[in-house]
Amino acid sequence: MNSWINLNALWKIVVIGLLAGAGLPALFAVGLRALSPRGGASGSADPGGSAEASAEAQPDLLQKVAAGICFLAVLAAMGWGVYSIVHNS
Amino acid sequence: MNRSRRRHLCPPITFPQAICGYPPTVTGNSVLLALVVATALGFDFTNGFHDTGNAMATSIATGALPPRIAVAVSSVLNLVGAFLSFSVAATIASGLVQTHLVTLTMVFAGLTGGILWNLATWYLGLPSSSSHALIGGVVGAAIASAGGHAVQWHGITSKVILPAILSPVIAGMVAAVGTFLVYRITRGVPDGVRGRGFRLGQIGSASMVSLAHGTNDAQKTMGVITLALIANNSIGAHAKAPTWVIISCALAISLGTYVGGWRVIRTLGKGLVEIESPQGMAAESSSAAVILLSSSFGYSLSTTHVATGSILGSGVGKKGAEVRWSVAGRMAFAWVLTLPAAGLVGALAYATAHGIGGTAGTSTIFVVLAACATGFYLASRRTAVTASNVNSQWSGSVAPAAVPAGAAA
Repeated sequence: MNSWINLNALWKIVVIGLLAGAGLPALFAVGLRALSPRGGASGSADPGGSAEASAEAQPDLLQKVAAGICFLAVLAAMGWGVYSIVHNS
Repeated sequence: MNRSRRRHLCPPITFPQAICGYPPTVTGNSVLLALVVATALGFDFTNGFHDTGNAMATSIATGALPPRIAVAVSSVLNLVGAFLSFSVAATIASGLVQTHLVTLTMVFAGLTGGILWNLATWYLGLPSSSSHALIGGVVGAAIASAGGHAVQWHGITSKVILPAILSPVIAGMVAAVGTFLVYRITRGVPDGVRGRGFRLGQIGSASMVSLAHGTNDAQKTMGVITLALIANNSIGAHAKAPTWVIISCALAISLGTYVGGWRVIRTLGKGLVEIESPQGMAAESSSAAVILLSSSFGYSLSTTHVATGSILGSGVGKKGAEVRWSVAGRMAFAWVLTLPAAGLVGALAYATAHGIGGTAGTSTIFVVLAACATGFYLASRRTAVTASNVNSQWSGSVAPAAVPAGAAA
């Protein structure tokens, strides 16, 4: 479109960049959250107490599955990234 | 995937033949060509240690990986990355200078400019762009040899300058959004669990940046050596990089990465933002995504600009995080200076080499370059930054205080 800036490439880089660059860590965070105990016990007021709470309250199966899906999705996206580098050459 | 990588790795078997195939085509310039190749590999080496921090600085700062392990991992992934893709290799050569005007001396002088600027900024602990140093050096030498018309200004603007302005902003934005989301999502998660989790995540994201760096930066030197070979008529004008070039460049950058540019790592990891592992992972993910995406569109970005933008963004995205804008300002200043400064050195080197003439001129510059490199190395030893003190408290300068206990008090 423009001989100085390839606007078509630019918006794709921004949008896909946001999806991959910000979305994947966010997905990872969702997985991490699913693995850690839920509810009010994890208050930030007392770090010692919250550590104890996390040792007691184990995540249930559903949470583990959800976390697993998140982590797998992140890994899959990384794999796809490497695959696309190899294929673009 | 694995099989296709094997295919790339196969050529080493033909490596000796590739060298043996050379003598018949070598002209009277073989000494000059050897100097150019040696200097190019030297540049690749400085590129490696200058840029270790782009991938690993935040992982080292948050303790996700011990310093020595971090540089070793990065080094191996740079090596692998160098064999993965060859799409960027051509861009450094074509579209920036008029290729038919390129001479060996010009390439040599350009490399000299790039190396000296890389060493100077490394000494100061400033993460400046190795790609810009190289481009600046080559452009400077081209102007000195053939005047302004030897340079494709439009190509320089659209392929080098505009991406350099845009990429840190985009990377910073992505990292800021990522950091914000990550802290928001993990708000209820205990600090210990969160820190451990993201340190693990950082290993993955930092590895991706290292890989991306290998695919990008090793290729730039491959492009330069190929350009020199073309200028010397050793290979055809549109030939691809020969296998021995690919292997030696991959090894040089990987070795450089392993040496570790601790001074730059320190500035990036400790100087810019006091970084935590969730920020580190967000910053690295942003860098990896932006670098890989851009190179798939054919832009050979500066990985340094992207990584620095990301780290700044991770400071902006976290509420209450301290961002040292004065350090960022100093870096930005160095970035602006990189192209002209490396260009000036490149031009001077060309003028001197050309003035003395022939192999003697080039050899003189080579000796001067080696002396300067030794000088920088010796100077850096006086305020050494190493794997053991890279994470010391930031006290306003690259060199950690001699007595950390006193500085902390």
